[in-house]
Amino acid sequence: MEKKTFIHPYIPNSVPEIKAAMLKEVGLKSVYDVYNEIPEQLRFKDKLDIPEAITSEYALKRHVEEILEKNVTCREYLNFLGAGCWQHYVPAVVDEIVNRSEFLTAYCGAGYSDIGKYQARFEFNSLMGELLDIDAVSNPIYDWGDAAGRAIRMASRITGRNEVLVPKIIDPDRLAEIRQLCQPEEMSNAIAVRLVDYDPETGLMDLNDLTKKISNKTAAVYFETPSYLGTIEDQGKEITDIAHKIGALSIAGVDPITLGVLTPPGSYGTDLIVGDLQSIGVHMLAGGGQSGFIAFRDEEVYIAECPLEIYSIMETVEEGELAFAEVRSDRTSYGSRDKGKDWVGTASGLWTIAGAVYLTLMGPEGMREIGEVIVKNAKYTQNRLSEMAGVSIKFSQPNFKEFMVDFSGTGKSVAEINRGLLKRKVFGGKDISGEYPELGQCALFCVTEIHTKDDIDKLCVDLKEVLQ
Amino acid sequence: MKGIKLRNYHAAKYDEPIIMEMGVKGRRGIMVPPVHEEIAESAGDIKDLIPEKARRKTAPNLPEIDQYHTLMHFLRLSQMTLGMETGIDIGEGTCTMKYSPKVNEELVRSPKMADVHPLQPESTLQGILQITYELRNYLKAISGLDEFSMQTGGGAHATYINACITRKYHQDRGELEQRNEVITTQFTHPCNAATPATAGFKVIFLPHKNGYPDIDALNSVVSDRTAAIHMTNPEDTGIYNPRVKEFTKIVHDAGGLCFYDQANANGIMGIARAREAGFDACHFNLHKTFSSPHGCEGPAGGAYGCTEALAPYLPIPLVTRTNDHYHLDFDRPKSIGKVRSFFGNLEVVLRAYAWIRSMGPEGLKTAAEISVLNNQYLTHLLLQIDGITAPFAEGKPRFEQVRFSMEKLKDETGFGSHEIQDRMVDFGIQSYWLSHHPYVVPEPFTPEPCETYSKEDIEYWASVIEQACKEARETPEVIRKAPHNQAIHRIKDFEQAEDAKRWATTWRAYQRKRKNG
Repeated sequence: MEKKTFIHPYIPNSVPEIKAAMLKEVGLKSVYDVYNEIPEQLRFKDKLDIPEAITSEYALKRHVEEILEKNVTCREYLNFLGAGCWQHYVPAVVDEIVNRSEFLTAYCGAGYSDIGKYQARFEFNSLMGELLDIDAVSNPIYDWGDAAGRAIRMASRITGRNEVLVPKIIDPDRLAEIRQLCQPEEMSNAIAVRLVDYDPETGLMDLNDLTKKISNKTAAVYFETPSYLGTIEDQGKEITDIAHKIGALSIAGVDPITLGVLTPPGSYGTDLIVGDLQSIGVHMLAGGGQSGFIAFRDEEVYIAECPLEIYSIMETVEEGELAFAEVRSDRTSYGSRDKGKDWVGTASGLWTIAGAVYLTLMGPEGMREIGEVIVKNAKYTQNRLSEMAGVSIKFSQPNFKEFMVDFSGTGKSVAEINRGLLKRKVFGGKDISGEYPELGQCALFCVTEIHTKDDIDKLCVDLKEVLQ
Repeated sequence: MKGIKLRNYHAAKYDEPIIMEMGVKGRRGIMVPPVHEEIAESAGDIKDLIPEKARRKTAPNLPEIDQYHTLMHFLRLSQMTLGMETGIDIGEGTCTMKYSPKVNEELVRSPKMADVHPLQPESTLQGILQITYELRNYLKAISGLDEFSMQTGGGAHATYINACITRKYHQDRGELEQRNEVITTQFTHPCNAATPATAGFKVIFLPHKNGYPDIDALNSVVSDRTAAIHMTNPEDTGIYNPRVKEFTKIVHDAGGLCFYDQANANGIMGIARAREAGFDACHFNLHKTFSSPHGCEGPAGGAYGCTEALAPYLPIPLVTRTNDHYHLDFDRPKSIGKVRSFFGNLEVVLRAYAWIRSMGPEGLKTAAEISVLNNQYLTHLLLQIDGITAPFAEGKPRFEQVRFSMEKLKDETGFGSHEIQDRMVDFGIQSYWLSHHPYVVPEPFTPEPCETYSKEDIEYWASVIEQACKEARETPEVIRKAPHNQAIHRIKDFEQAEDAKRWATTWRAYQRKRKNG
């Protein structure tokens, strides 16, 4: 007979009598009658080398909480780190909705039973369309870097060209993701990634270098605003025009929270727009809140080359009633396997719901105000920091929420300074000195609406002490 | 089925407008923190802070709605979503729609997880690094493999990094130019064909022979051009391939690598492992087998594991441990680099950790056993319904799921798995999922009654299918006009989603194309 059965609150049929009844009904002695399909030598007969179950929910919670307690949070310490994962306020209503069981646990239920999910997703697309000033938005993918790589691959297929120009100022991890998708040169489908220099004074893309490097091999020019190092790239239209003139596409990377105050890339003719949703309603989650969106012109060629799922609003047999269904599902790898466009898979769908609620709560005024608050808080911080001896702000071009603080004149390294700040319960800006040695001892600071004047003043006091 | 009373169900229906139609100018959903007076003074006018060219000239056309009505709108949409927890979600096979414990959600939402920045100094991330490290150990035990990366953003992403690692491995041996083929089987998830294709490999399909991947076909296509095989077992059909070890041997003998798609490992956790079957690498979907909720398609996690020989190629960083301190190891010169920013979806890792701790070794095995038993029971009930068959591998049991066919029903009534899908939801259960492409099994559907579901759930689910099949024969109008108890009626025609003049992925496109057209 079987030994004592494990009855688990997550497993209703682990009750021995139920198991016995089911086995009897199907005519099996044991479920091992099924596992007999597995050849003897492939069976795992030992006990799995994992700890025994923590059976009570309370004890489990205590156990995990005790481990998590070792994390220091950005509530406990003052945080100035950004670089792709940003500390913004997540409104209570966003959490309330995102944590609704129906949204949290829904998957691929069809258009009738999960109609609310599809409508929320369509609303997200519609809100993003307004924010970006563009007509077509797809389901999201893993993160910004992946979205950028997918957009570049789309551009390559659309133009039949296999080279992309990207700014030299770009998050190295994002560049690595792009390269990972563009494939190494040994592969027949490789897209060559070439870097466009920046103006050392402003931090903007060097348009002379762009003009020099662009050619009829160029599938697309990819640029970001604000840039990785925080400057507001205001040459989007010029870059787009240069790309279009030679038959290349223009791809913009943007942080959506900037778009209450910054020009939407759709307004100057950008063909594809990518970015990350984390800033609009998603907690940092140690980097787990990233979600890459792709938007593009609503033209057949873009839809046809998009690897991700795209949903359209539909009409039902009832006048005035709306539904949703997938557009040209045979484009994707679900529809055509290796003949589909790249691949698609479960990625980061829940964050579109966060984004939809966030943008609705904010409205046009909220988006403008948050943009202004952030820019002003960041500017104040820059003003205060640049008063300190040996400290200056790199690049003359204005910034949104991130900016480069140059400590080269202090005689101290960013690493030393950040260690000093950490002792004072401050997470200093990201150390950029290893990534861009030519820029000296610079740190990328991020200031948002969550920082109060007191927070910024504390940073200044602490920094003064550290620099002494 | 005898004694089962089908629910008199109707889906929530609020006739809720699209949010873009809502709102009144001037209303506010939330206020943002004001600018401090001294900051305003120091920073100066916004016009001087944003270059003219970069300044937004027209406000985005977002709705203006107060907070209560914003909440109400999205609450209504949530209620109009059946999701998994209200709808006996047995139907979405290969996806393992298991219960995601609420206590794990509380842990994810705690500031100790939610308010942590990934670039914080290592010393301030010790909690989540420990959890990542421990999960790695558990997955090593479950797979028998040597090292794991949690970086990918989903299961298909893990198959992509396998393609990238395969490439680097052969490149290191100077064989990449020659080894440009990846083999996969017909009943393995489509991403196993699509991701190597994206990575630049030629993809070769093994046909099936009565539901089993054809070993003779493998012998005939394997060669010194073979870079790898991507396969799964049991396959999407629930059929277990007992010759799996021969497959891996054939590919290894030819110099290729063997990758095991274990996105869904729910039927064999603790029963059989990748290691013994000869695989070099595998991946587990943490949002399937390991309970993280599916979240309207993510955040997901595809934990990727491999042997010691492939470990140097894993994405950076890996979490390591010395004494009681956890590190992020970036110093891995052979790594393929990054595939996802930061460290992946660590909230998914946290849930998987907590779930495994709640199960223990015995619980994991029980989950596998019960998922297989549940499937035998559901199969037993469904195969009694006239019109439903389980093609191929006659007389052989399926493991945790079955790809059934309604071909017979279609032949006899004109209604197949699409039509039944539209009707089943009228009884308050989530719609089933049909099949990955290609539709080798005609009129397919693929339920997976994992360990979450009770005997009663399974009986109810089978009864719904029975009722719908009965209606297909006796009251065809009911099926033809289904659904009846949903928030909306039948979609008028699917051409709307194929025609560039009619499709609309945003409200503005819809306004442009249809409302005004």
